[in-house]
Amino acid sequence: MAALRLLSVWTLLLTVTVCDGWLFDGFAARRHSESDEVALWPLPQKFQTSVDAFRLSSASFQIVHAKESTAGPSCSLLQNAFRRYYSYIFGNGRKHGKNLENVFDADLAELQVQITSADPECDGYPSLKSDESYQLEVNQPTAVLKAASVWGALRGLETFSQLVYEDDYGGTSISDFPRFAHRGILLDSSRHYLPLKVILANLEAMAMNKFNVFHWHIVDDQSFPFQSRTFPDLSHKGAYHPYTHVYTPADVKMVIEFARMRGIRVLAEFDSPGHTFSWGKGQTGLLTPCFSGSSPSGTFGPVNPILNSTYDFMTRFFKEVSTVFPDAYIHLGGDEVDFSCWKSNPDIQKFMDQQGFVVCLQLKGDTVVEVWMNNNVDKELQNVTGSGFTAILSAPWYLDYISYGQDWKKYYTVEPLNFEGWCKKLVIGGEACLWGEYVDATNLTPRLWPRASAVGERLWSDENVKDVGSAYDRLVKHRCRMVRRGIPAEPLYIGFCPHEYSGN
Amino acid sequence: MPQQMSQSTDRYPINPQLLAFSYARDSAAQSGCSVLDAAFERYFNLIFPDFVGGTGLSNIWSEPKPFTVSVKVKNGECDGFPDEGSNESYNLSVSAGQAVLKAESVWGALRGLESFSQLVYQDDYNLYFVNKTEIEDFPRFQFRGLLLDTSRHYLPMPAILKTLDAMAYSKFNVFHWHIVDDPSFPYQSRNYPDLSSKGAFHPMTHIYTQSDVKRVIYHARLRGIRVVPEFDSPGHTQSWGKGQPDLLTSCYKGKVPSGTFGPVNPTLSSTYQFLNGLFKEVTSVFPDSYLHLGGDEVDFTCWRSNPNVQAFMAKMGFGSDYTKLESYYMENIVNITAALNKTSIVWQDVFDYRERIPMDTVLEIWKGVPADYRAELGRITLAGYRVLLSAPWYINHISYGQDWRNAYTVQPQNFSGTEQQKKLVIGGEVCMWGEYVDATNLTPRLWPRASAAAERLWSDEEKTSSVDKAFPRLEDFRCTLIRRGIQAEPLFVGHCKHEYSGL
Repeated sequence: MAALRLLSVWTLLLTVTVCDGWLFDGFAARRHSESDEVALWPLPQKFQTSVDAFRLSSASFQIVHAKESTAGPSCSLLQNAFRRYYSYIFGNGRKHGKNLENVFDADLAELQVQITSADPECDGYPSLKSDESYQLEVNQPTAVLKAASVWGALRGLETFSQLVYEDDYGGTSISDFPRFAHRGILLDSSRHYLPLKVILANLEAMAMNKFNVFHWHIVDDQSFPFQSRTFPDLSHKGAYHPYTHVYTPADVKMVIEFARMRGIRVLAEFDSPGHTFSWGKGQTGLLTPCFSGSSPSGTFGPVNPILNSTYDFMTRFFKEVSTVFPDAYIHLGGDEVDFSCWKSNPDIQKFMDQQGFVVCLQLKGDTVVEVWMNNNVDKELQNVTGSGFTAILSAPWYLDYISYGQDWKKYYTVEPLNFEGWCKKLVIGGEACLWGEYVDATNLTPRLWPRASAVGERLWSDENVKDVGSAYDRLVKHRCRMVRRGIPAEPLYIGFCPHEYSGN
Repeated sequence: MPQQMSQSTDRYPINPQLLAFSYARDSAAQSGCSVLDAAFERYFNLIFPDFVGGTGLSNIWSEPKPFTVSVKVKNGECDGFPDEGSNESYNLSVSAGQAVLKAESVWGALRGLESFSQLVYQDDYNLYFVNKTEIEDFPRFQFRGLLLDTSRHYLPMPAILKTLDAMAYSKFNVFHWHIVDDPSFPYQSRNYPDLSSKGAFHPMTHIYTQSDVKRVIYHARLRGIRVVPEFDSPGHTQSWGKGQPDLLTSCYKGKVPSGTFGPVNPTLSSTYQFLNGLFKEVTSVFPDSYLHLGGDEVDFTCWRSNPNVQAFMAKMGFGSDYTKLESYYMENIVNITAALNKTSIVWQDVFDYRERIPMDTVLEIWKGVPADYRAELGRITLAGYRVLLSAPWYINHISYGQDWRNAYTVQPQNFSGTEQQKKLVIGGEVCMWGEYVDATNLTPRLWPRASAAAERLWSDEEKTSSVDKAFPRLEDFRCTLIRRGIQAEPLFVGHCKHEYSGL
């Protein structure tokens, strides 16, 4: 009976292959064997496999809302996700020659997505507190994905799409959640303007790797591409070009919504008082005039901290920023402030005397500190968390520092909690940073991926998932998967993907 | 940077509607010359990237003035392939309403057209101009090559063709195709089909068919680029053994074969029969007069372990000096190549092992820091051989920062030797080995860093000694590359008027 069925299936598949048919593209999980490698990335917290093999048919397989789900067809976030993941699974006319020999136990008719919380958060924004956990059961005839909110559902859909692609996997039971809540990527759109297309493509790649924060280092010394409604001169005078090298309010909205649909928070950084040279072009009087002896030298330094006008401007500016960017957090920078200009300015000297300053930084209790300097990182983490502040780690993950060879390994083997301290749970996560001095749309994507994927697994998966050898095998396949989905992730080492990137 | 160039601030408007390329009446090459006919069309589109064609409403601010680019070629040979003796010199004179390009051969005309295309610029209103210019130009080195490795990673055809386009923009004239190696054998051979069907990463999707190879050769020819294939042996041949059993040496563990294989087996006549057959085919497929035979990094361990090889060593009186065995092999294949009427290029290892090779063999220096390769340049040229330099141009080695400067400041003739010796340095090559490179990252990793080496190989060293002066020119050139669809990465912070719009 099974043999007969197999024969008819074979004939059907063969016929359709000849006719370049798309109707009955069959996808199946081969009978699971001990040696089959799981190529999920990042690796889920808990998963079990069975020997059953399932076949999916692109004609009839569907991703649907479970009857008991608190989300339904009105949830556009999930509707979009269903379509996106369907095309990841069945898109690009993938060949499946090797599956013809497989023995199928049954048809997998659908994946049911069930949101369990009373509030699915369909129209909300992801936050640091979002519940990204999910359970995935793949048994016939339906697979069920359960999550408390849509954010967990998105993570589960990604995992499901990785199971099916692999074809090597059969019945599965997965229970997953992230180790760290803040898993970010920093992109720098000031040193080089980044066209929207490359930002959106990388948000797509982030979702494939379960990253959930886009740290948008949007302005800096070199250029100010953020088009402000309140202060239009900032970009008009500060961008590389006032029309072609700016992010309009519509552009920013698009990025935020595109990210939201993928469960990614957009954390904007308006770095000051240093790194603000471009701000002074459109906002005269904002930056400190440096002095050469007793007269102004003509150059400018950090933001002038002694003027009321500075704080008036900042209040109004950040008011706009906080309405534009819905995330609860904003990154204020505060790095690398060079004091020499301040020191040279007589007004500032006077102010310092008047105030009787001992420079002391007082942070509010809920401030998050990003640790980026790569010396004595463990001491820094110890101090930051010991003082009661939450911390994000990026120091070991400056991906703009390229070198010859497989440097993903050193990113993978970082252990964020490897320091002496009692308050390690104050480390809420980390970020892979791709600073823009030598990076723009021509080389960003291959430079970021799959190296950032190594960081992605370190931040999501269990700390004991650290064997570099088996990570290599999975990451090679995950990288080919990204390439197949249109992301030009560069190779780890010698080898090939069944479908190479054909480039532009 | 051309050898001689002078420009004035006088500038002439060019209206895309009214620009025409023409053959001078006394040009030996005329309409019907495939290389130049194709070049005229290609360069028109490169010069006017905004121009979509159609009615002339684009330029209503200036009077319609025709602009003629007249091309005169002394040697009208149009249907051949560029080769080692090709004359790439040209003169270009730009004045009101015309540019006069004179060249010895069509290959020089191509170089001149490229330079002309770089002289045309747009002002802030997007109108096209060219300044009054006089150029007399020729390359310092006649062999300016770029190596791609399609064995460590398969490179799809579009990636290779695009690289050839970009090479032409930088006046590279040799595509060194390191087509096969240990990991894979993508070259689909007519006579030995198993080589690729068993040795490629995938026998259907990761191969270069005969028509693919032809396509690459013709695409290169139209750009004045030679295609020099490399079939590296006796090392770097793991993939060859998949489709050609008994070609590689069986390694032994004590008295029994271990199951692994080493370099090509130099003791069997079947080896040389096969290589003769393969090289016969290869030399008929690739029209260039040179063939790169490799000869690098041969590991002797496997040979040493094999009792038959040991017996052969004894028979030949080589003792235990395996460099003699390697020499024996290389000398044989260099002779096979010579009998096929081709000249060999080999890596420096062949010279270092004192192998007996014909005096016209070219050695390629790939090892070491400047002190090392300068010494090697001295040694090889002292022995009277021609030499190519690639050691300082392994741009697959990436690092943080502006490493283009290292490529730019290489001095290929800075070694102790006579003028005669220095003349034996016929050029150099930029190498993009493929361990960490495929179509996802090839183009930004190649450009514009390879262009820095290109200037070093074409231009006068004294005139281009300042890295700081080169920086703004290379920045502009990089933006030009992007405009032309080449995904060249940034040198440093900044922007281009037209950014790259892809991924």
